[in-house]
Amino acid sequence: MSTRPLRTRLVLTIGGFGAVTLAVCLLAPLVGSTPISLSRAFSRTIPYADNVDAQIFFVARLPRVLTGALVGAALAAAGAVLQALFRNPLAAPETLGVSAGAALGAILAITFGADMRLGPLAPVPLASLVGALSAMSVVYLLASATRRALSTSVLLLAGVALNAFISAMILFVQYLADFTQTYRAVRWLIGDLDVGAFAPIAAALPLVLVAFAIFATLPGALNLLSLGPDAAAARGVDVARAQRLAFVSSSLATSAAVSLAGPVAFIGIIVPHLVRLVVGVDHRLVLPAAALFGAAFLIICDLIARTIISPVELPVGIVTAVIGGPFFLWLLVRRR
Amino acid sequence: MAFLLRADWHSPGSALLRAADLHYGYRDAAGRERAFTLDGVSLEIPGGGFVGLLGPNGSGKTTLLKLLSGTVSPQRGAVTLDSQPLAGMSRRAIARRIAVVPQETHPTFDFTVLDMVLMGRHPHLGVLTLEGPADVSIAEEALAATGTAHLAGRAYMTLSGGEKQRVIIASALAQSPDVLLLDEPTASLDLGYQMEIATLLRRLNRERQVTQVLATHDLNLAAGLCDHLLLLRGGRVLAYGPTADVLTAANVQALYGVRAEVTFHAGAGHVMVVPLGANAE
Repeated sequence: MSTRPLRTRLVLTIGGFGAVTLAVCLLAPLVGSTPISLSRAFSRTIPYADNVDAQIFFVARLPRVLTGALVGAALAAAGAVLQALFRNPLAAPETLGVSAGAALGAILAITFGADMRLGPLAPVPLASLVGALSAMSVVYLLASATRRALSTSVLLLAGVALNAFISAMILFVQYLADFTQTYRAVRWLIGDLDVGAFAPIAAALPLVLVAFAIFATLPGALNLLSLGPDAAAARGVDVARAQRLAFVSSSLATSAAVSLAGPVAFIGIIVPHLVRLVVGVDHRLVLPAAALFGAAFLIICDLIARTIISPVELPVGIVTAVIGGPFFLWLLVRRR
Repeated sequence: MAFLLRADWHSPGSALLRAADLHYGYRDAAGRERAFTLDGVSLEIPGGGFVGLLGPNGSGKTTLLKLLSGTVSPQRGAVTLDSQPLAGMSRRAIARRIAVVPQETHPTFDFTVLDMVLMGRHPHLGVLTLEGPADVSIAEEALAATGTAHLAGRAYMTLSGGEKQRVIIASALAQSPDVLLLDEPTASLDLGYQMEIATLLRRLNRERQVTQVLATHDLNLAAGLCDHLLLLRGGRVLAYGPTADVLTAANVQALYGVRAEVTFHAGAGHVMVVPLGANAE
């Protein structure tokens, strides 16, 4: 595959992974504890009120599948970007502290602000978005305080420190919360695609689209950044600018994904690595492939979560964590 | 070969790359400028020239190369390329004319050799454009010029040190540069690979008129390759001139505090430096 021109490989990559993702998006809503038929769900002869298949398809399953597509694509692509930025194949959206910020925001809203509403947005996603963006700003300011270019080691360590600090804050808030609130907080922290409606997806979509528009300008620079900042600069990359764009865009994608579905673990590590096995390491192929396959992968994980101990539907975060933990260890061992 | 040749190189009397009164100092923790790493360095490099940078550790060689490549800006003074200040050019525009070969390159991901060389085309591509057949043939030509064409499909990380360095030089050549800046490119290589790289650099200079600036600790490598030498000590120019004039026992003594014998070696075809011992003081 690597001998073909890049243009051909890009078309094959997008075509191949696009087809897989589309098929998964269409088929996944049909599978579940109650079997339904696609033709019945889309049938115009049966009134919607009487069409149980249509109700299950459009209300119970389609939002969940679309959430999976959006969150999976965002986290997988963000992971691929961060791995190049940090020059570390084990970096992930969770590394930055953005997920932790989102978690603190969500848990504050669950514990103290359940009645707040701002327009159509529910308080929990809104608060987690604010938390995520605040955490991103703190890390960004720390990393850009000292030098013109971002210090990736400061970025990484600030993320780790922020993660630890915010975990303590979360435990503190949990301690003050009552049983119901704690239960909801724990459920949120697992990561779940069951958003129950289309409105939250529509609210998260613009952020993800902005992030993806920035991602589209980055792959050439990311290839070179993975050789180191000096090598990248010598080949014409504006390193400071590319690093800032990479950090901000991946943080935006992560913020949107986590505020929608909670911190679904490991997608940002598993998917880019699987994709590299197929398309190689060139980010011009890895980024689109990771976004498309991330969508399919998370939907499939959710399918497993919904059906494995049916009729109980597990949150998808349990499935991704169960797959992701061993996968991470395998990567660690495989890297010599 | 057309990608390496530019008609306007040898416009008489004007230097291709010129550094004027460069000052550069790193800042300490409190943000104050420490003693200058470079303290008023000027030099002119004619098109097609091969200049060696010699000096002890910490004398400012690497800093000077960074300033010449425009990746770092001087606090005072300016670097100009064809009379155009680097400070006013974009990174991309500079990289289309000046390429850098570092001591070592460690990619995070498992790129193939062809991938690595094609990355040299980056400054010639738009943000959203992919490389086309023309870029691939330039990369293949660069591979051929460095004797690495047979490695094109190999993973870069699996190559030997000498092969890696030749691939990095190919990647720099794929930038179609007028100037190649080399920062101790042979420092971690054994004698065989050192000679291999030296042969390659000499050929690029003679056959393709690639202007080169080579920072090195290897005096005999510099003596064999460079037509001019710049001696740096404590961030200042100790001497700058034709190799035979500058590479003297007195200058080696002044530069490194080492007693040395400098003699013409008929077999090598250039002067050789034989170190005799450290200064007794």
